[in-house]
Amino acid sequence: MNAVKIFVPRDSAALAAGADEVVSRLQQEIAQRGLSVEIVRNSSRGMFWLEPLLEVQTPQGRVAYGPVQAEDVASLLDAGVLQGGAHALHLGLTEQIPFLAKQERLTFARMGITDPLSLSDYEAHNGWAGLRAALQLDGAAIVQTVTDSGLRGRGGAAFPAGIKWRTVLHAQAAQKYVVCNADEGDSGTYSDRMTMEGDPFMLIEGMAIAGIAVGATQGYIYIRSEYPHAIDAMRQAIVLATQAGFLGDNICDSGKRFALEVRKAAGAYVCGEETAMLESIEGKRGIVRAKPPLPALEGLFGLPTVINNVITLASVPIILSKGAACYRDYGVGRSHGTLPFQLAGNIKHGGLVEKAFGLSLRELLFDFGGGSRSGRPIKAVQVGGPLGAYVPESQWDIPLDYEAYAAVGAVVGHGGIVVHDDSANMAQLARYAMEFCALESCGKCTPCRIGSTRGVEVIDRITHNQNKEQQVVLLRDLCNTMLAGSLCAMGGMTPYPVLSALNHYPEDFGLDVRETEKA
Amino acid sequence: MKGALLPLLHAIQDQLGFIPESSVGDIAKGLNLSRAEVHGVITYYHFFRTQPPGRHVVQICRAEACQACGADALLDLAEKTLGCASHHTTANGAVTLEPVYCLGLCASSPAMQVDDKLHARVTAQKLTTLLKQLESA
Repeated sequence: MNAVKIFVPRDSAALAAGADEVVSRLQQEIAQRGLSVEIVRNSSRGMFWLEPLLEVQTPQGRVAYGPVQAEDVASLLDAGVLQGGAHALHLGLTEQIPFLAKQERLTFARMGITDPLSLSDYEAHNGWAGLRAALQLDGAAIVQTVTDSGLRGRGGAAFPAGIKWRTVLHAQAAQKYVVCNADEGDSGTYSDRMTMEGDPFMLIEGMAIAGIAVGATQGYIYIRSEYPHAIDAMRQAIVLATQAGFLGDNICDSGKRFALEVRKAAGAYVCGEETAMLESIEGKRGIVRAKPPLPALEGLFGLPTVINNVITLASVPIILSKGAACYRDYGVGRSHGTLPFQLAGNIKHGGLVEKAFGLSLRELLFDFGGGSRSGRPIKAVQVGGPLGAYVPESQWDIPLDYEAYAAVGAVVGHGGIVVHDDSANMAQLARYAMEFCALESCGKCTPCRIGSTRGVEVIDRITHNQNKEQQVVLLRDLCNTMLAGSLCAMGGMTPYPVLSALNHYPEDFGLDVRETEKA
Repeated sequence: MKGALLPLLHAIQDQLGFIPESSVGDIAKGLNLSRAEVHGVITYYHFFRTQPPGRHVVQICRAEACQACGADALLDLAEKTLGCASHHTTANGAVTLEPVYCLGLCASSPAMQVDDKLHARVTAQKLTTLLKQLESA
């Protein structure tokens, strides 16, 4: 009899929910019952309310059970889980779970399906096809494909990736670099973590393509220290890919060279800003650099450098393998392709939703997310991380599109979506945004370094009813200075959550609507 | 190795649990940096410690997604239960309590980490149980 395959994810979120305990109980029970079972530690499907999600391979497809705890294992086996039998935790065929079935997974096509560190799994699921296609092209043609795809920086800034690559391609230097920004410090985001833990070869492939395109032979992945599992998976994957000839001195016998190294960050949020990250990799304090010079021309160690976030680079293989037009056809306006939206915070069905741009926040919150986890009304939704605006219900029908969001003073950013119910105090959250900026500011520019501390004080005066009207004017003025006068997004975008909270939820600041309008 | 300072500091902290003040001179000399530069880097990054931590490190996420599900109350509870403030170690040296800004478990908030082990959807009861285990360990 062939061994039945059971899948239990190794993603951090599954581990945090008890996946290892489930696996060790499974192993005990399997041994005791003398069953023939192969346990695969796959990546996560990204349905985190169901983790640990246990899947069983059946002739009809994979059948899911979840959320499974160690104490459920015996009853699952009693119920015939190996044949996909009925059980209280039975969810049916995984692919038919509506949360998954409604998605458009391009970048996350393998997520939850493969063993992250299995080269044969990767190869069997369209792995390395993009790299092989790229090796047939010259650098300019690869850059053109990326440009034509409409891919924009998925880290939040949404700068066209192809334009950045072209600058590096045309720069003359003996050495160029590709740096992957994996310092995913924003609350509400975990798509980078999932990618590195769950499909590390995809990121390696994307970076190798970038290197070949622009003529860079060395790459670095700067991963935050809070992600030990991602660091571990990436390091192992680099060794495996190098041994198999997908990295190193002679990639797929093409004579092309690209080597990759993981650099571990050290807990400074601002190092997610690209120039601070470069300083950090160089072994310095992560202080933001003034631009120009652009990192594309004078980047790491002063040399031309492609810097992209994890999802940007991870989107490159499919663009090369399926063609620019295929990717470009997803999305709306100038927002082409898909974005892995990340539902987080107080949401019933938290998880990763990869969809083409253009759907609305309301669809994400209710059709996918199922409303708040607490069951209370959703009050505010922070889109795009701690530096993104709080989006009120009146704006939940705007299509998720970079330009449409910018038009209302919000940002799509990296697609992190943090949900707060009606127990949230928006003045406290605005204060927290300033407090966080004060804590994490690199200290180089005054609006950010000083403005954030003054911001906390001014918000405190407003909420303590001290000279309120004047303080609101002061807060707006301060935010304006930070917006216009900061070197990077840390100080320059902290006003987004603050002002959106003030504008849309004045009552939480003890103000009535007319007072804020007057100000 | 280019840009060797952070990897070196990580290696020291991995070995010793912190970066002793006494190592600054040797690091500076080895990398041809000034002591001030090395000190500046060690103290700039939240991750690096200059004092040994307690036998266990408890990190509670304070970022927005965790706040939306009660993280602040958890941190308060941990401070009360342990009898020590954030960023401090209990008097018996058992536990260092730290706020952390995002463990990347934002869809399963609130999240925390005890030494190397992550925990999601932490309730007051779960936190209390975890802390009790540490005190007896």
